[in-house]
Amino acid sequence: MSFDLIALQLFTGLALGAIYVLFAIGLSLIFGMLTVVNFAHGAFYMVGAYVGLFLLSLGGNFWLCLIAVPLIVGTVGLVVERFLIRPLYGRGIDYPLLLTFGLSYVMVELIRIAFGKSGYPFDTPEILQGAVNIGVGYFPLYRLFVIGIAAAVLLGLWLFLERTSFGLIIRAGARDPQIVRVLGVNVSRVWLFVFGIGSGIAALAGLLAAPLQGVIPEMGATILAEAFVVTVVGGMGSIGGAVIAGLLVGVVVSMTSLFAPEMAKVSIFALMAVVLLVRPQGFFGRAGLMS
Amino acid sequence: MAKKTTGSISRRRLLTTASAGAVLAASPFRINLLQAQEATIKVGFPVPLTGPYGTEAQDQVRAAEVAIAEFNEAGGLNGRKAELLVRDDKLNPGEAATRTLELIEKEKVNFIVGSLSASVQLAVNNVTKERKIIYNSISQSDEINEVKDFSKYTFHEALTPHLTAGAVGRYAFPKFGKKVAFLTADYAYGHEMVRGFQEAGKAFGVESLVDIRHPLGTTDFSALLPRIQALKPDILVISNFGRDQQIALKQATDFGMKKSMKIVAPILLYTGRIAAGAQAFEGVIGGTSYYWGIEDKVASAKAFNDRFRKMHGGKVPSDYGALGYAGVKTLLMGAKAAGTTDTDKVIEAVEALKYDYYKGPEYYRKCDHQAVQSVLIIESKSKPEKGDADVFNVLATEEPSEKNLRTCEALGHKS
Repeated sequence: MSFDLIALQLFTGLALGAIYVLFAIGLSLIFGMLTVVNFAHGAFYMVGAYVGLFLLSLGGNFWLCLIAVPLIVGTVGLVVERFLIRPLYGRGIDYPLLLTFGLSYVMVELIRIAFGKSGYPFDTPEILQGAVNIGVGYFPLYRLFVIGIAAAVLLGLWLFLERTSFGLIIRAGARDPQIVRVLGVNVSRVWLFVFGIGSGIAALAGLLAAPLQGVIPEMGATILAEAFVVTVVGGMGSIGGAVIAGLLVGVVVSMTSLFAPEMAKVSIFALMAVVLLVRPQGFFGRAGLMS
Repeated sequence: MAKKTTGSISRRRLLTTASAGAVLAASPFRINLLQAQEATIKVGFPVPLTGPYGTEAQDQVRAAEVAIAEFNEAGGLNGRKAELLVRDDKLNPGEAATRTLELIEKEKVNFIVGSLSASVQLAVNNVTKERKIIYNSISQSDEINEVKDFSKYTFHEALTPHLTAGAVGRYAFPKFGKKVAFLTADYAYGHEMVRGFQEAGKAFGVESLVDIRHPLGTTDFSALLPRIQALKPDILVISNFGRDQQIALKQATDFGMKKSMKIVAPILLYTGRIAAGAQAFEGVIGGTSYYWGIEDKVASAKAFNDRFRKMHGGKVPSDYGALGYAGVKTLLMGAKAAGTTDTDKVIEAVEALKYDYYKGPEYYRKCDHQAVQSVLIIESKSKPEKGDADVFNVLATEEPSEKNLRTCEALGHKS
């Protein structure tokens, strides 16, 4: 077992983690701000891949999809929040949870009806095909690109939340919606917007995952379970926590794969169990959010 | 008792007469019902219509319908028509056993054909064995031929992992090299395939560098690939199925592994290749029981394809689809040869069949009812040339031979 191999394996883990992060931040954002446990997040992810597929079949290109897919699916997210989730605010955490759970089934079924049950291929954009030498070994160019996009989305989200007045309102609204409302801010509109952003990021993650594994209606289900592990480990609702935990999960999976590949899937859940035992609220979670 | 009250006697008599009348009234109806059952030959067909192998299963149904239609158009069995009863086994052994039992008890089927996945076919086989109903399995398994699972009611139309992996290994090892790495789905199918490769590899002095096992339903193989690259094998054998195979090939391509090693898979699925696209599969070599493209050379393949195209809107049959056709066809032809659907006579007739229905000559080996047949070695094209369905090149054909199967003794049969 050479140093190069371990270094490459570590890097592979971070790249894998970047995909988890990209998927989990939308989930964490929505939970942190709206206290909605969004079980439809995986469905938005899957719809993102299908919308990308559809746009490509109309002759669009991949770069255009990177902009258009989050916008289109984000708009669907706005509609979902406005007409389905909004009526349930104030009724506790379980109502929106059950609603989004049901919604995800409806979305998967609609996609099955529209596109069929079997999968579609999704080619890696030509310019991003192949592998490049990163010093310790060859690594797929496309995965490097995904890391870049994930970093850009994170940076953009951070700037938006920390440096704009709208971001300030979002953060304040998450802490104490009543006071913000008293100050004359339309909190409902803020929440609408946050849900839209969250679903848009999920869709972008789905689009980026499509060239890695193709597109099928059930693609959101597996990653949703893994993303919940990431948000729980990072602390429900903490975006910083989702980033750290996402990368950590990626590295844990990757390192387990090197020594005991058949344990790779289990290692994610073992990590979660350990974290929950030691620190029930996760790395950066605030206690009591779920109650 | 009889003396106690006359009223009650007469009432009892009345009841007896009435019930006797009811039986009498019912009996012609029952006889009719029996005659109706005699009239059609029912073939139960449990396959996983929903779930990860749904695409393959739906094609199996389409192909089985071709076999039924051909049989009926040729006049059936002295006028008795055949009928296909499809059930969704959901790729679940318990569900499959329940559906099979229902087909036998409620529908009174004559034969069972079907299932996909080793554990599901073994569950079906357990039920059919116990009920003494002929079952023709159309999914690969080594275990079903072994003496503990086999019965005289069991037929196996599909290839076995031993045969498939062996054929691919015998083709690939002399050509591409002796240092082999395995990436394997961690269940019976994967394990049996690896065993098949390793047994065939003994003759060539093949060295196994590593056998990396991954859980079923893995969506990211990236963490498994650097170690394989570091070992610098000549050949990477990927023994998994369905979507796992598509994703593994796609990601191995992305990692640039095809440049330094040959990627080989025991089974290359036509449906998988269509779903995953040319990029992932390009240059990959594998085995298959059937590819429609052999129609240029094999007359029976041409006839089968044409018939399939005519019935199913110009589509061509897939490999596992073709097994659905052959599985149903052989039993129906067995019944025709026997002149009856009587189980024991049909078994004898099927054992005696020498047939060429869609891919060249075949027969069932006596000791384990395994179909002795050819294995095609195929390579995925970089681009379809003649229409979207033109996805593989046939590189070689391993002719049917009992010596490529596990011996009857190895399976535990007394020969």
